[in-house]
Amino acid sequence: MIIAVASGKGGTGKTLVATSLALSLKDRCRVQLLDCDVEEPNDHILVKPVILHSEPVSIPVPGVDKDKCTLCGKCAEVCAYHAIAVAGEYVLTFSELCHGCGACSYLCPEKAISEVPNEIGIIETGRANGLLFAQGRLSIGQPMAPPVIRKVRELVDKQATVIIDSSPGTSCPVVEAIKGSDYCLLVTEPTPFGLNDLVLAVETVKQLGIPFGIVLNRAGVGDDRTEEYCAGEKIPVLMKIPLDKNIAGLYSQGVPLVEGMPEYRNKFIELYENIKEAVDERSRSPER
Amino acid sequence: MKEVVVLSGKGGTGKTSIVGSFAALARDKVMADCDVDAADLHLLLGTSNREKNEFWSGQVAAIDKDRCTQCGLCQDLCRFNAIRDYTVDRVSCEGCGFCSHICPVQAITMNECKAGDWFVSDTGYGPLVHARLGIAEENSGKLVALVRQQAKEIAGKNGLDLIISDGPPGIGCPVISSLSGASLALIVTEPTLSGIHDMERVLGVCGHFGVPAVVCINKYDLNEKNTAAIREYCRANGIDVAAMIPYDNIMTDAMVKGVPVVEYSGGEVAGEIKNLWRKIEDRLRAVSG
Repeated sequence: MIIAVASGKGGTGKTLVATSLALSLKDRCRVQLLDCDVEEPNDHILVKPVILHSEPVSIPVPGVDKDKCTLCGKCAEVCAYHAIAVAGEYVLTFSELCHGCGACSYLCPEKAISEVPNEIGIIETGRANGLLFAQGRLSIGQPMAPPVIRKVRELVDKQATVIIDSSPGTSCPVVEAIKGSDYCLLVTEPTPFGLNDLVLAVETVKQLGIPFGIVLNRAGVGDDRTEEYCAGEKIPVLMKIPLDKNIAGLYSQGVPLVEGMPEYRNKFIELYENIKEAVDERSRSPER
Repeated sequence: MKEVVVLSGKGGTGKTSIVGSFAALARDKVMADCDVDAADLHLLLGTSNREKNEFWSGQVAAIDKDRCTQCGLCQDLCRFNAIRDYTVDRVSCEGCGFCSHICPVQAITMNECKAGDWFVSDTGYGPLVHARLGIAEENSGKLVALVRQQAKEIAGKNGLDLIISDGPPGIGCPVISSLSGASLALIVTEPTLSGIHDMERVLGVCGHFGVPAVVCINKYDLNEKNTAAIREYCRANGIDVAAMIPYDNIMTDAMVKGVPVVEYSGGEVAGEIKNLWRKIEDRLRAVSG
């Protein structure tokens, strides 16, 4: 089973929930934690993995053989991203704009374009305190997170319960991280910003057809409108974590909640049982 | 024209609350909400006379079933696994158009996508340009560039010489699009190990694109040891820590009321944000542009 942890708004507690959920389950089953927030991966700060393997993530970008090139301009014509252009007697390539689709090299009539790897990040795998662990890291200055996220997603262990931590927001990096999951936990806080962004996140997971529920973090801060929204939309609130300076203090030091406050372990196990029940029920339902 | 962009790396450190207060403090400016994924600034500033425009960007492939001979070439060549069973998965399609070029029977067309909306609104504090990227859409960087461009045009037309941008979290495409060419970046961080890690990465992006940066530590009293570590990191790298804001629920209270915190309270938080804005104005005067 794959459980994704997402949120519209940043800083609501995705990392806290993903790490504590994974650590609570590790004595019960094989658990893999995948940090797909490749722009700002933070799970490693809490679970402190031993990295056993690391490999670069590259996308293939065009390399032009000047001797074969006739400056016909076909490559520039077919490139949807303006990543290759003919200027006078030169072919210019802009690797940051290239998505690595391969159209230019395939369609070059002179076969003058080969594809060369352009490193945009790395993926790291290892073990953390009884968990299987993997994360991606986008390199500084590189714009495109999705290819790095895809590489992390390829590491899904089919025998394990997989917990995926995603980046905030609702656009392509989030979709890349959470699509194909069996369940999505949306972590929010009961504030106007939290609610506004939760509504957007709910639209996203609905569009992807992933069943979902809410973890309400910092319960007690802000107002009641988030809970009213969930009740009105019949969205299950599976867990509440109160506003507590001690919880914030543990997080600030990189201590997982279930290690600093072991009484939370059973709450996360209960959260998992509720998710499992929802996923099992869905797989039994006839319309699927 | 000067432009200050507020970033953080990590989400939820307080960017929008601080930008909302800047909107109340600054004169002769336009606000730009560059978090097109999850825009919140309008909730603090209150908007009226919202003018809505469509954002069309990118393409998605469509296969004409009547023409398709199911040869499978498109499926074999698509690098994004966006074609399965001779059907395009709109979410996975990156709009490269490779399939449309190689289809031997020209059964594939590329169609323009409506990728979101953008708005120009009046607020009590001046014009605000904001946007809403469509669900699961790509091209957030292009929409951010459009928001900034519109903010510049409005500023130019109205004789305003400052743009205050609320940026997105992260370090990827929309952050780079928010940052490139700005006069100054303010990085709002918090004294958590995650906050420090993410601040270092976003400062790296500022350095990569040659945009000067200053740092503000929000909730500095949450962990004084980490606050000291941030100050030391900034000192070693020649970055000014322009403000240290204490933790106070007043930030959330102001958000619930839908007003910038400097308009809501005269306390320590508001005072520190006012000092921060004065320092940013000084820095902006010193940079060219």
